[in-house]
Amino acid sequence: MWKLISVELYKIYKRPRTYIAFGAIAALIVVIQLGLKIDGESYSGFLMKDINDTLSIEGKILNGYLICYILLQLLLVHVPLLVALIAADMISGEANLGTLRLIFTTPYSRTQWVMAKFVAASTYTILLLIWLAFLALFVSIWIFGTDDLFLMKSNYVVLITEGDVMWRYVGAFVFAAFALMTVTSLGFLMSSLANNSIGPIVGTMSAIVFLTILSTLNIPLFSLIKPYLFTTHMNNWKEFFDLQVNADNEAIKGSILNIAKIKNSLIVLTLHIILFVGASVLIVKKKDILS
Amino acid sequence: MSVIEVQDISKQFGTLKAVDSLSFEVQQGDVFGFLGQNGSGKSTTIRMLLSLIHPSSGSIKLFGLPLKEHRNELLEKVGAIIERPDLYPYLTAKEHLQLFAKVRKKHITTSDINATLEKVGLSNRSTDRVQTFSLGMKQRLGIGIALVHNPSLIILDEPTNGLDPQGIADIRHLIQYLAKEEGKTVFVSSHLLSEIEQVASQILIIHKGKKVAGGATRQLLDPNKTIVHITTLNEEAALKAIKVSTFANYLLPRKDGIYFCMPQEQIPLLHKALVMADIPLLNVETKNSLEDYFLQVTSNTQ
Amino acid sequence: MNRTPYKNTITVASKKAILLFLLCVITSTINAQANMLIEKVSQKLALVNDYTATGIMKTDVAFIKASLGKVKVYFKKPNQLKIKKEGGISLLPKGGVSVSLNSLLNTKQFVAMESGKQLFKGKELQVIKLIPTDDALDWVISTLWIDPATALVYKTFTTTKENGTYEVTMEYGAHAQYGLPSKIIFGFNTKDYKLPSGITLEFGEEEPVSKAKALKAKKGTIEITYSNYSINNGVSNTMF
Repeated sequence: MWKLISVELYKIYKRPRTYIAFGAIAALIVVIQLGLKIDGESYSGFLMKDINDTLSIEGKILNGYLICYILLQLLLVHVPLLVALIAADMISGEANLGTLRLIFTTPYSRTQWVMAKFVAASTYTILLLIWLAFLALFVSIWIFGTDDLFLMKSNYVVLITEGDVMWRYVGAFVFAAFALMTVTSLGFLMSSLANNSIGPIVGTMSAIVFLTILSTLNIPLFSLIKPYLFTTHMNNWKEFFDLQVNADNEAIKGSILNIAKIKNSLIVLTLHIILFVGASVLIVKKKDILS
Repeated sequence: MSVIEVQDISKQFGTLKAVDSLSFEVQQGDVFGFLGQNGSGKSTTIRMLLSLIHPSSGSIKLFGLPLKEHRNELLEKVGAIIERPDLYPYLTAKEHLQLFAKVRKKHITTSDINATLEKVGLSNRSTDRVQTFSLGMKQRLGIGIALVHNPSLIILDEPTNGLDPQGIADIRHLIQYLAKEEGKTVFVSSHLLSEIEQVASQILIIHKGKKVAGGATRQLLDPNKTIVHITTLNEEAALKAIKVSTFANYLLPRKDGIYFCMPQEQIPLLHKALVMADIPLLNVETKNSLEDYFLQVTSNTQ
Repeated sequence: MNRTPYKNTITVASKKAILLFLLCVITSTINAQANMLIEKVSQKLALVNDYTATGIMKTDVAFIKASLGKVKVYFKKPNQLKIKKEGGISLLPKGGVSVSLNSLLNTKQFVAMESGKQLFKGKELQVIKLIPTDDALDWVISTLWIDPATALVYKTFTTTKENGTYEVTMEYGAHAQYGLPSKIIFGFNTKDYKLPSGITLEFGEEEPVSKAKALKAKKGTIEITYSNYSINNGVSNTMF
């Protein structure tokens, strides 16, 4: 099995397309970092308009931790599209090339190949996420320094002390890995259904965009199905950045407001992964390779 | 020993029956020519031999073992190219061989890979990306991939498709070399008899998914023999009479009529025998060679 | 006795000042006492040229979730005060810091009026109202609750021109002789806080705000508990 995974990773590594996503993420992040470096004060001033009326805030609001949070908020919606570019091409791309015939006539079962491909695609996804983490977190820290994380949410602000932030990012990135692996597995499922590259890629992207819209619209009709959409859960990495407060309205360091929500989301995402990958295996197993 | 043993396989795609109750055997050391028009079901059959397509019915055995149950272990002994030589454009020739060497159960050394590159004549282009290759070079690399793990059975689906005359000759020589020098069983398909007849020891002709003729090439292509097609008012009775006579040996297994492949001087005797058996003959048609016969079969839209 | 502020008040001739003048005439004897007490307080504060202290800051604003933070407080005469959170972001009531006791009293540009006695945390305190006589000052009226025996201010209630009303409550401990509190609580009014989800990119179901929370949503406090005072050991101007 490891042989197959290494073969699949080797193919991903050798493909020029692989690097598009890495380049795109780097470009996006650098542009945002540059923008915030130059004009960040007015951005944070705009966000804090309400608060500044009452409170005077001192310290580096616009530090590496907040920049990373802003970047994640902006990017984690779009990274799935980049993930789809590779994941949705894993099987159908080879069907399109005709190389599926070659790999499916080796002495390994289709299930083994599909699993190897999924592991390879997930590895790619996770590497992309690590690249994102490196740029969004560490490069931001390098450029903007660190301080407490001052988060402005819709209804309240959360001030997380500097020492209490890093582990939350670790948690958030692990969570994001699950979210993106769900996208990977959806791309994979689409990929197993088609014999061309474009269809599954566009299909996966459309599905994500469509479901994301359903997840974000506050329409009662959609609220019924929302808890079952994986896109609803994908954004819950943010839960790592909310604190519990005690009776004195004093935030408890090291606490997470709604850990059950995170757990629930992880379960839903994992079930989606199992469902999508399982379906892919079944489809590929039954499929006649006609390409 | 039968390297390939196909029993009554059929494949249905929707309403289309691509392969229809096909049976044949390939013996060890044979160069088995698999002939048929484009769309006759050759590729479907080959894909079923390689477990790329699941047969709707029937059974396939390779090296005496059922393919379905022993797929992985059997495929280790098979090398194949199927239709076009489709490869990864972003990998080099050598990288292809390394990659496919890796997914074989047996250990394949760098010198094995280099020897394979040598065998298919790609040594000097081994580090070039495949996207720069001509069709002929791709085809040779495809064969290289099929050979790199030294399989006992080599399945080549239309290996000369799109090749220039030199390329076609190269492939022919390679097939001969593999069979004679390395003792491999080669199963090669084509839609051109002329390509097959020079290398194949056995030939099977299919049309619309059905077997129309088969046997040893020497026998089928015997210049002394002629293809005879008889038309009668009562085919059933005719076949009954033929099967108990000596003419049964010449009978070609076809479902769309009664065909013989027999020495020309025997034709009057056949005629006489049928008349004596009270078979009302309508027509006895002779064809000059297997080539004629093949052309007739494959161009006939019956 | 400082009589000049009366004149100033009259020169600006605001209605408020006239009213104040009348009030002051009526209560002039009481005011003399009030001014004495304020003077006592000022003298006590004058003992301190500068200080630094560490403290634990607690922020209690309905829409802010913050944990306890360590702060360092720097003070230098006449009324320079800086509260710095150690390596972090600090949220302080706007203007609340500048309206410290020192900045109230150091200007001397006010009239003090006695306003009866009140029981506060078991102590009978003298209530004194300060009304600025200089329109340039950013506060409009301030009420002080002072213990006449110790000349310690336990509570101030100040209305500012621009930053609303602040209530500051103080507790005293080891450094009471300098008039330095061991704990100080800033109370202030807050505005509503709301950011559209299009900006925060939060689209999940809204967290229901509890009724209790909503009730006290308009009021916030910031509480600093001091320790490690270092008094009159010099503080660099660069701190402010």
